[in-house]
Amino acid sequence: MAPAERASTPGAKLIDAFLPASAAGIIELLSPAPVGWGGTLMLGLLHSLEIAVGATCVGLLIGICGAYGKLYGGPVVRDLLAVYTTIVRAVPELVLILLLYYAGTDLINQLLTAIGYQRIDISGLVAGIAVLGFVQGAYSTEVMRGAILAIPQGQIEAARAYGMSPGLLLRRITLPAMLPFAIPGLANLWLIATKDTALLAVVGFFELTLATRQAAGVTKAYLIFYLAAGVLYLTVSLFSNLMLGRLEAWSRRGMPSVKDAR
Amino acid sequence: MASEATVINVVARTSLWLQPHRIVLILIALGLVLSAVLFMRWDWLPQYWEMGLMGIWRALWILGVTCALGFMIAVPVGLAQAAGSIWVAAPAKVFCTIIRGTPLLLQLWLLYYGLGSLFPQYPWIRESWMWPYLRQAWPYGVLALTLSFAGYEGEVMRGAFAGVPKGQLEAARAFGMSRWKIFRRIWLPQAFYRALPTLTGETVLQLKSTPLVATISVIDIFAVAGKVRQDTYLTYEPLLLLALIYMTITGILVFTFGRIEARIPNKIG
Repeated sequence: MAPAERASTPGAKLIDAFLPASAAGIIELLSPAPVGWGGTLMLGLLHSLEIAVGATCVGLLIGICGAYGKLYGGPVVRDLLAVYTTIVRAVPELVLILLLYYAGTDLINQLLTAIGYQRIDISGLVAGIAVLGFVQGAYSTEVMRGAILAIPQGQIEAARAYGMSPGLLLRRITLPAMLPFAIPGLANLWLIATKDTALLAVVGFFELTLATRQAAGVTKAYLIFYLAAGVLYLTVSLFSNLMLGRLEAWSRRGMPSVKDAR
Repeated sequence: MASEATVINVVARTSLWLQPHRIVLILIALGLVLSAVLFMRWDWLPQYWEMGLMGIWRALWILGVTCALGFMIAVPVGLAQAAGSIWVAAPAKVFCTIIRGTPLLLQLWLLYYGLGSLFPQYPWIRESWMWPYLRQAWPYGVLALTLSFAGYEGEVMRGAFAGVPKGQLEAARAFGMSRWKIFRRIWLPQAFYRALPTLTGETVLQLKSTPLVATISVIDIFAVAGKVRQDTYLTYEPLLLLALIYMTITGILVFTFGRIEARIPNKIG
């Protein structure tokens, strides 16, 4: 059927909106080869996942330190951490990203010039990981604090009575024992991290959402590319859900089941 | 006598809170704020004052409308998942999964650029009364934020509806209430009370999502800050003020919801 003929009926027009050329055209648009934009999307997805993994790791590190500071730190440390978690959770991520993205790179460069080094170009990947990690850290501090409090305190006291050093205590007792309480919250944070990477598109970092926008802008096939990106994000979420469910079951091994208790 | 006791109580609590290290921290914070006021450039404020107020008003308006509409969608979505047959429960579940599994920014751009690019092709849409609205950006922003709130809150309402004790509903049925009356008088209020603490967090999250509409050219307070940055080449001042504004709104929201929560007489579980 010729395109002009097809466009004459209203139903065919709707199909045309979804399929600008034809079904073969979609495959061509989404194919990984240079004519299609599938490769660009996959590269964007890879960047998104890199940022999400990095930010989650940074967030976990900040979270453990923050939780320890909030529980065992002195009064000043506690108050400063309270200010950190409150501010980060009250200000939109988009504003924080803009603020930290510019302020962070600017501060580091000013420091470097002050010591006498050359200015450096901080890559978007590092800046993105640092900024999202800083945001994630505030949330995971609260998650970890709750999880450490949920450990039966006798276990920690027993470890201290055996003369374990704080590092050994953290590695052998606190971290493994708090895992089942922390994993549901941390799983949620991972899902938030994968979705928050999209915000970096606003500061011009090349990740899945920005890749989609570029592909859609060039080919004018907006709906196809946004739907394809949505499917990719959804796949990541569902796959993570599956894996995290297994992880939670693994971390709960040997503990009485919540379902049986009811 | 009683007032004297409360005064002593307040003084005692204040002195407990206002320990020496806190006084030092507050002084340092005041010093930082003062140096920000003195040494940063704020001369652009009078010029953008009115625009900023309009932006705040627009952000609050979007927040209110999307939360109200989203909650209205969330109630049937939650109810369908908690008590509906598989034919209504499955679509509701799929809706929640899709909304919660993809970034809001992508949903927003899908609606604005994707769906928005379809409409002009149809003459009957261009001639209808909807066209003046569909040509603007804010309906897409409101739609995306509403759906997002409905998706997240629908999951909360599912848990809240399922958490109402069976005995309450059975008692209502034994009194001969109709199904609609049971829902209106027993099920919805109790589920709402259960969902209220989560509702505070969801509303704050929704407030933090509103600046995304600036990316589809709706002029909210975030977009105003962006315009100031473009016009004056200032990096930090507009963003710091913006952060302060959002923190203030969050504080007011949390305080108000806390007041509402405290007014509910019988706390459950």
